[in-house]
Amino acid sequence: MRLRADHIAIERSGRRLFSELSFELQSGQALAVRGPNGAGKTSLLRAVAGLLPLVEGALSLEGGDEEAPLGEQTHYLGHADALKGALSARENLAFWAAMLAPAGTLIGGKAPMSVPAALDRVGLSHAIDLPVQALSAGQKRRVALARLLLAWRPLWLLDEPLTALDQAAQQRLHEILREHLAAGGLIVAATHAPLDLETSRELRLEAAP
Amino acid sequence: MRKAAAALFLREWRIARRIGGGAAIGLVFFLILVTLIPFAVGPDQRLLGRIGPAVLWIAGLLATLLGVDRLFQSDDEDGSLDLLVHGRLPLELVVLVKCAAHWLASALPLVAASPLFGLMLALDGKALGLVAASLAVGTPALTLIGAIGASLTVSLRRGGLLLAIIALPLTIPVLIFGVAAASAASGGAAPFAPPFLALCALTLAAVAGAPFAAAWALRLARG
Repeated sequence: MRLRADHIAIERSGRRLFSELSFELQSGQALAVRGPNGAGKTSLLRAVAGLLPLVEGALSLEGGDEEAPLGEQTHYLGHADALKGALSARENLAFWAAMLAPAGTLIGGKAPMSVPAALDRVGLSHAIDLPVQALSAGQKRRVALARLLLAWRPLWLLDEPLTALDQAAQQRLHEILREHLAAGGLIVAATHAPLDLETSRELRLEAAP
Repeated sequence: MRKAAAALFLREWRIARRIGGGAAIGLVFFLILVTLIPFAVGPDQRLLGRIGPAVLWIAGLLATLLGVDRLFQSDDEDGSLDLLVHGRLPLELVVLVKCAAHWLASALPLVAASPLFGLMLALDGKALGLVAASLAVGTPALTLIGAIGASLTVSLRRGGLLLAIIALPLTIPVLIFGVAAASAASGGAAPFAPPFLALCALTLAAVAGAPFAAAWALRLARG
């Protein structure tokens, strides 16, 4: 499987963030998108997720599901955790498990985890029935990370995945990322902190004029 | 797909029923509006009986639209909407399921309470039944029209007022036929059946059309 960006350009509110950006990413590889604030890291991830239209160029996932749009083959972890404070971690994740499961047949990858198993993987099995609003920022972030394990989607788009995570949780996140790559997944992460992955490449975005 | 729709419905229902969900606020608002009217127009029972169905409908209309502004806004703020766009359900179905859960949690209690509140406006037994029946059939259209307004104002921080300005004019046909059907037993101009059937048609048209309009607006707001 291969993610190809072909001379893409993105605008936000009429301002050109970057143009003529090309990169390729193979199965099992991670791409760390670096750059100063406002360089367009988040916008690049949103464009790959299909949440922001491209002004020029094309994005494709070769070897992916031909029928499904790119956005339906990606897990997008944005700044917001997409969790409802009034619901428990279990209720939140059970909802996303039903909502994000692929419609078609699975193409490779790992079997999806159950909700308790996914929460256990991020070290939060004790908080499974607590309302999410009672959790700390780092714990909420971990519940959001558990969402990625509930359905197999080959491409993970992570926006500052290390935010609010303590040392142990960062360690755990890296393990999860390595497992995803080992299973043939792809990762594009916008991050200021270095990602400790063997197969990580770097893409630098310069500040837009 | 059915599993995803059921999961979404359950989530919306739970959020609405929990503390701060806002489902009960509409009912209290409805009660306050209906209580205010006799203070304003005086205790003339004949007059109250005549304008009662219209009062209940206006109050029901405002109470139904109250809270619709958060229908998509809360999902936009916490990032859920980004994921729902690429979930298993088409966005049109997401809108429809969310509206169904919202109607069941916040509009159906209004319908159930309307005969009780009608007693406060000196309506007789038959008129109470007609008001409840017309509200039961008409409020789904109000919720769906409100959903169009909510999707257009999804990314605006103070979208609630704008929502009212967008949605209220669109509710005029529903109001006309709703009040006409409801006041058939209390000195209304028309018999019950024709306006009631027109009200049914409006609701069915809203079910068919509003999800597409709202989903289109939500997709525009993403870009």
